[in-house]
Amino acid sequence: MTILLLADHDNTVLSDQTAKALSAARQIGGDVHVLVAGSGVEQVADAAARLTGVSKVLLVDGDDLGHKLAEPLSALIVSLAPMYDTIVVAATSVGKSVAPRVAALLDVAQISDIVAVIAPNIFRRPIYAGNAFQTVQSDESKKVITVRTASFASATEEGSAEVQTLAAIPGPGLSRHLADELSSSDRPKLTSAKTIVAGGRALGSAQKFQEFIVPVADKLGAAIGASRAAVDAGYAPNDWQVGQTGKVVAPDLYIACGISGAIQHVAGMKDSKIIVAINKDEDAPIFHIADYGLVGDIFEILPELRKAL
Amino acid sequence: MKVLVPVKRVVDHNVKIRVKSDGSGVDVANVKMSMNPFDEISVEEALRLKEAGVASEVIVVSIGPAKVEDVLRTALAMGADRAILVETEDKTEPLAVAKILKGVAEAERPGLIIAGKQAIDDDSNQTGQMLSALLGWPQATFASKLEIAEGAAIVTREVDGGLQVIGVTLPAVVTTDLRLNSPRYASLPNIMKAKKKPLERKTPADFGVDTTPRLKVLKTEEPEVRKAGIKVKSVAELVEKLKTHAGLI
Ligand SMILES: Cc1cc2nc3c(=O)[nH]c(=O)nc-3n(C[C@H](O)[C@H](O)[C@H](O)COP(=O)(O)OP(=O)(O)OC[C@H]3O[C@@H](n4cnc5c(N)ncnc54)[C@H](O)[C@@H]3O)c2cc1C
Ligand SMILES: Nc1ncnc2c1ncn2[C@@H]1O[C@H](COP(=O)(O)O)[C@@H](O)[C@H]1O
Repeated sequence: MTILLLADHDNTVLSDQTAKALSAARQIGGDVHVLVAGSGVEQVADAAARLTGVSKVLLVDGDDLGHKLAEPLSALIVSLAPMYDTIVVAATSVGKSVAPRVAALLDVAQISDIVAVIAPNIFRRPIYAGNAFQTVQSDESKKVITVRTASFASATEEGSAEVQTLAAIPGPGLSRHLADELSSSDRPKLTSAKTIVAGGRALGSAQKFQEFIVPVADKLGAAIGASRAAVDAGYAPNDWQVGQTGKVVAPDLYIACGISGAIQHVAGMKDSKIIVAINKDEDAPIFHIADYGLVGDIFEILPELRKAL
Repeated sequence: MKVLVPVKRVVDHNVKIRVKSDGSGVDVANVKMSMNPFDEISVEEALRLKEAGVASEVIVVSIGPAKVEDVLRTALAMGADRAILVETEDKTEPLAVAKILKGVAEAERPGLIIAGKQAIDDDSNQTGQMLSALLGWPQATFASKLEIAEGAAIVTREVDGGLQVIGVTLPAVVTTDLRLNSPRYASLPNIMKAKKKPLERKTPADFGVDTTPRLKVLKTEEPEVRKAGIKVKSVAELVEKLKTHAGLI
């Protein structure tokens, strides 16, 4: 049995999501080949080759692969599929766009967002915003799986796999990339940060978000998260949203500031090791899951916390 | 240009669901059901395209038991022109739904299909992508902005690092994200009018689709409950607690 794992990267850096999805792939068992598809990705392929447990890296360089458009990327994976019985992809925005296309083209079900591998064909996955977990079995000849990376540890870097370069295949040319508006920052990424400071609707403005959340995050070397309400209101960018329909995170420490604790938000952070909640409403649902709750006004508490750190 | 919008009937997002004690599934008897929130956003977007003179007709389609007529009527009350109900008692997986929607698309020939990014019951996030693959059309998932110009759609997408803008040739499948729009409410007169709007009934067999599930659900369980912790009285106490948890701060 051989598994094909799609690498997650930005053409320069291999993301930690790959190392986590690799742990899921290794639990399924068998050889793991990592597909690094992109534009100018030698460096990424070398990084993938160092991950423990990878037996081969497939490097495919193509102009239309650089922006991870779903159609060319899924066509490439489908062309490689005959050699594999399981295709594993991290549930990133690229993974979620590509994997279902691959599954449909192979005429198999896709298993979304697995949080545990029970057997090579049996997986656990959340439904209803994590308010229930299903154990599902696939008896199909091929399996296409996306992995909730917050549930798996990163593979280590003690490997030295061979890198094999494959020719790109012509893409279907159905879509084209026009622009990126990506946030660049030196801050740790939400999905790999050890500490996250998150703000909700209570912040009231983008300016207050900057003024009260950011300095505490800076002190802690933390990533910044937000509730949907804060993103919808424009206090925080969309890629900071944590929750059922945003990012799922599991840091060592999650500090929720002025967030009520709606199930859709909790779905994205309840596996954090330690949860701190700061809210002026002592009955806010967030306190039901917080290890340490502090009742009070964030505009007083956050500056005090920054000083105390 | 016709716009086709698939809508799913799901447990309302405000309901806290319960798992059946025998582990056979989620108890959905007597709970409030609604249109999947992302599908409300899709209907709204289609209506705006019609109001802007870009779309000629908005057709909504739902696959499920007879009761899914509720959400189709809601979409009609919001302003959709007509509805298609593909009736089945089977639990339909995204692949089967996508195959049925492909059949509907081949019959209706829409220029655009707007689906939700994710159904909030199964949280699959698959159907739109699968449909687009089966049709051989381009896809633009997680849309937060949509513009139609000269046989193409320019779509701003919510991606992990921020936003990405892509252009897709039409026909295409777009899936909606939360920031695309704020859906309108149906007014009472429109709810009354919607009762008379056309609704066509079909079955999966009409499209030659076998809905037998590919995955076997072995069990459904409640999540582990996280123990509530303690309330601290001050920032100093909080910092002290975090420090005693070695290395946390
Ligand atoms: C389809 C769908 C998907 C969704 N997906 C997500 C998702 O992925 N992520 C997500 O987060 N939400 C999601 N939501 C939204 C979710 O249901 C909630 O509406 C949202 O999480 C609320 O955000 P909030 O806690 O910031 O705001 P609110 O619920 O308004 O809470 C604000 C909190 O701040 C407190 N507060 C106010 N002022 C102060 C102050 N000065 N000091 C201290 N505390 C204060 C209040 O007591 C209150 O508890 C989704 C909803 C739907 C329908
Ligand atoms: N039974 C269904 N009937 C109509 N549309 C559906 C159905 N299931 C899924 N969809 C559409 O596909 C989207 C994504 O669903 P899913 O892939 O199940 O997360 C939904 O937002 C709907 O637009």
